[in-house]
Amino acid sequence: MESQALLVLLLFVLVLSIFLGFELINKVPSTLHTPLMSGANAISGITIVGALLASGGDGTLSSILVGTFAVFFASINVVGGYLVTNRMLKMFKKK
Amino acid sequence: MISFLQSPIFVNLAYIFASILFIFGLKMLSSPETAQRGNLVSASGMLIAILVTLAQNEIIAYEYLLIALTGGLIVGVLASSLVKMTSMPELVALFNGFGGIASLLVGVAEFINPSSATLIQLIAISFTVLIGGITFSGSLIAFGKLSEIISGKPLILLGQRFVLSTLLLISLILILELILATGLLGISGQTALFVLIGVTLILGVLLTAPIGGADMPVVIALLNSYSGLAASSAGFVINNNVLIVAGALVGASGLILTNIMCKAMNRSLSNVLFGGFGAASSATGESGQIQGEVKPITAEDAYLILEAANSVLVVPGYGMAVSQAQHVVRELGELLEDNGCEVKYAIHPVAGRMPGHMNVLLAEANVSYDVLAEPDDVNPLMDTIDVCIVIGANDVVNPDARENEGSPIYGMPVIEVDRARTVFILKRSMAAGFAGIDNPLFLKENSRMLFGDAKESISTLVSEFKT
Repeated sequence: MESQALLVLLLFVLVLSIFLGFELINKVPSTLHTPLMSGANAISGITIVGALLASGGDGTLSSILVGTFAVFFASINVVGGYLVTNRMLKMFKKK
Repeated sequence: MISFLQSPIFVNLAYIFASILFIFGLKMLSSPETAQRGNLVSASGMLIAILVTLAQNEIIAYEYLLIALTGGLIVGVLASSLVKMTSMPELVALFNGFGGIASLLVGVAEFINPSSATLIQLIAISFTVLIGGITFSGSLIAFGKLSEIISGKPLILLGQRFVLSTLLLISLILILELILATGLLGISGQTALFVLIGVTLILGVLLTAPIGGADMPVVIALLNSYSGLAASSAGFVINNNVLIVAGALVGASGLILTNIMCKAMNRSLSNVLFGGFGAASSATGESGQIQGEVKPITAEDAYLILEAANSVLVVPGYGMAVSQAQHVVRELGELLEDNGCEVKYAIHPVAGRMPGHMNVLLAEANVSYDVLAEPDDVNPLMDTIDVCIVIGANDVVNPDARENEGSPIYGMPVIEVDRARTVFILKRSMAAGFAGIDNPLFLKENSRMLFGDAKESISTLVSEFKT
């Protein structure tokens, strides 16, 4: 695809997602602010997709090594983020 | 079959499916009944995205990435299962920082990869490095402040704004050099990139260091937003929709939380970021007109009043987290209920060190979430409440916010505990709150100070009830 057309498409996706995000989160009760934050934080670990491609791709040794460190940090973010959110949410009970 | 799993159409459909799971997951996170399932839905989206990526034929070597994945898995599992609930703000800050540095590294790896990057990718790389770097070092400073490795006090550098704007200007020049490769600076693109990384890391430190402990909820929410924006920006680097969508969702949710926190303090974001609130306001202590004296109360006398009370409102603050009093608080609440008293908890949005901090601690102690109320719900009923128990909260119950126009917190929505019949204030000593301002609540006619460690004081009350 022509790179300008691709850029427009990606920007389109970006703008719509930001609006969607505002709509989704708008009415979160304050009880859930921490789990929402740590759950969202885990989602931001999606950068692991880019990290995996850099670490396992056909780059130079240095780009592969940098990518490998990215995988390490992103996977802590993903695994730790989801687990700790789950641990918190397990405690939220109504009696 | 394998070739179908690697075909671009399948991979992209899988990414779209993962995005849908993230969206539903976030939606479900906004209600206590569905939140836990929502988190699982979002996690399965992540798993799908990772597995599909691993199956792509662009990935030719697995040894490094498997080592890194295993290492990250172990660290993540250990950190999330060993951390105490009271240390949750630190951990969230640290995870945020890791997300930021990961996005930064993705940008760097793409830059040093010899396959030439397009103009758009170069712009995206610059932004990813900028936001990722600020997120990383900013989160580390927040982590240090929250875990008290470094002082929680606002640290204001001389000429803070000048240094900040200079650094921003330098990073802008470096970014232009990275994109246009004019060679005017006399340095290679890689050198420019590394200098840019250094500058962004300093920027992150300078942006976070001036922010005091009580403003931490805003910072954490903002850094959370940044980590999402960094991931979204990394999506432009590798032309990947799922990064853009997921990152933008996180960026938006972080911004909403930031906004809620700012509103709860009646301050603008720039005032929180650049105001150096705690440092500046202690100098302007104009509340010299406060009259009255502090009236201490013993736990025994407090018990007698509580025993006769029909309605009790508990208002926790950071002090409850420090003394880990949440479990004895719940025990006291149950004993009061057994005694025929109605018990509610009023939680200010910025109580503690991160959004929802008090709610997490009380949930850990098994307090049902439907008795946790927000200031707007309890303030209209305040006149009917017999006893308010303020546990280690200060600024969020300060009547100056309503009564003293000269106070730096004037206009901030607070929990109006002074309107209750009796207020117990559990406090270690007469020290001022984190905002460093006087609290006339302590001197009001209906206030009684219960000095000492919150956990010990409440334990004494609990044992009084049991005898």
